[in-house]
Amino acid sequence: MAQPVDKYASVPYEEKERLFAQVTQDIRFHDYLKGCYECGICVAACPSARFYDFSPRKITQAVAREDVELVYQQMNEDVWNCSQCFSCDRCPRGNSPGGMITILREVAVKNGLHSAKEALEGYGRVVYKIMSTGTQVSPDMLQPDAFPDWGPDVREVSENLDLWRRALPPETLHTTELAWDVDEKTITELYLIWHMTGVLDMIKEIDEGLHMILQDVMEETLEEHGYSV
Amino acid sequence: MANEVTVPITSVTRGTIPQRVFQRDPANAPTEDIREKLFELEAQGEWIVQRVPDDAVEVMTKYGRTKHIPRQFTWHHKSCGQCGHIPGYSTSIFWLHRKLGMQYTDPKDQTSCTAWNYYASATSNAAAQAAVAVRNFAAAYETGYYPMIHCGTSYGHYKEVREQLVHHPELRKQVRDIMAKLGKPLVIPEEIVHYSEWVHAMRFEIAKRKVLDLSNITVTVHPACHYYKLVAEDAIYDPELYNGQRTAIVSAVVEALGAKVADYSTWFDCCGFGFRHILVQRDFTRSFATLRKIERMKEEANPDVTLTHDTGCVTTLDKSQFAARAHGRNVGIPVMSEAQFAALAMGAHPYRVCQLHWHSVDYRPLLEKMGIDWQARWAEFQEDLERLRRGEREFLTWEDADAR
Repeated sequence: MAQPVDKYASVPYEEKERLFAQVTQDIRFHDYLKGCYECGICVAACPSARFYDFSPRKITQAVAREDVELVYQQMNEDVWNCSQCFSCDRCPRGNSPGGMITILREVAVKNGLHSAKEALEGYGRVVYKIMSTGTQVSPDMLQPDAFPDWGPDVREVSENLDLWRRALPPETLHTTELAWDVDEKTITELYLIWHMTGVLDMIKEIDEGLHMILQDVMEETLEEHGYSV
Repeated sequence: MANEVTVPITSVTRGTIPQRVFQRDPANAPTEDIREKLFELEAQGEWIVQRVPDDAVEVMTKYGRTKHIPRQFTWHHKSCGQCGHIPGYSTSIFWLHRKLGMQYTDPKDQTSCTAWNYYASATSNAAAQAAVAVRNFAAAYETGYYPMIHCGTSYGHYKEVREQLVHHPELRKQVRDIMAKLGKPLVIPEEIVHYSEWVHAMRFEIAKRKVLDLSNITVTVHPACHYYKLVAEDAIYDPELYNGQRTAIVSAVVEALGAKVADYSTWFDCCGFGFRHILVQRDFTRSFATLRKIERMKEEANPDVTLTHDTGCVTTLDKSQFAARAHGRNVGIPVMSEAQFAALAMGAHPYRVCQLHWHSVDYRPLLEKMGIDWQARWAEFQEDLERLRRGEREFLTWEDADAR
């Protein structure tokens, strides 16, 4: 059986080095990696390690050893299993394996790695919602076909959604498409942030269709408010 | 025998373990006090530090430092998961403020922290996340009210952002430039405050207004990972609770209300939310939530309810039980936030205020045990809905919420 790293033998080493350099150049890199005692406390605390063939210790060590090949493999596979709960932050050496995984994921997205596209399949509507409305979880996402394993209550919520939202005393919560009523000016400011920090470019790498829709929505609003993109 | 020595039995110490005495010493804390850096940077003209209002309660945090929790004049940074899917959570937080006579504002000039998406998909970066946080902080500052964060993930993430902004001048510059484009100052709050810290700080005032006897109610507590693991030093600890070895958050409220806190072995485990998993890989979420949390609680403590203080934890622990029940697993514990539980204890309506019809696991046996006539309250709520249907009212109001 081929060793896992061999799966990526066709990817030039220089390309793997380029991505690894992006990881080490992140401003948070040295905040998250101090060294490793190999004690395994992070693994013992990790929920994903109980469920998957996943180890925050292996990832931390691979990055610390500058094992470019292994880090490339982990960036393509392991990192998407992390729960991002940061239980691993109890590391006695002061590492944050969860934080390091955030950076690895970010580099995977920024470079449009297949793993990132695969891991985020079916996730586009969430990205659309958060980037275009400023609230990630909206009441109208509670649809029985999206959450069949949550039982019949989801159907009841979705069938009564408008009425039940109007039966909420806080004035900001009478919404169905947003979690709360967000000012248009606030959303415009959020769009400027996405533009000025290169987040829209990241979306383009993993989902061109979504990028086009978001760009249309944002440009129209920004232009209405006198901003040129 | 002349050389025989008699050893008094009391001097034999083999096999005994002296009890460890755990002393907190903020002077020797393993982390810096980030607040000192905030003020140093303010003195250098780098940013404005928004002060906690004078009307505040002092609490102790993990390394023995003092944190100030504002009682009122708070700007409520809502949670998208709470407002979207468990709206009785947010409503109960507001209701508690109103009943205690504490002034607050519920802003529309607020976005989500966007951290759920970031931890799920990484479709963002440090600069964007910091800019989103600081835009919200600036919006709060403009109102004169102090940010109170409803979501545990927003709270944890904003603490991460604060550390990054303190330690990376290039990030501060980037965010300052973005804020300038938005016409806003670079503002950072003196303390990052979670709503559950406010409930903790106000617990005795809440308990004074309690209208129910909760002495027969057994509670298990799930402390939220992003509250006490992510930038751990800000979390509230109390030497009187768990010998000071675990965060006192939520548990102290339950004790103040007179209910029983029951322990269970997997208290440290996360709920299984996983950020991306809850949305697109729920086999992990369901399994972890039920096998590692709910079943352990059920077997070891058999509680009437489990309480937590974060968006994802309530959703995960509540919604995951349906599929497990279908597989005949030992589940069936109602789940809610401590804010909803405290509101119920103070006489809040279970549907108009706590909005328990949005929850999945059957909570009615709990309400009966708490002495709440849920059938009468449900009938009242159905009448409210009828009035809305008939167009007599467009919305349920705060006045309606307390009408009898």
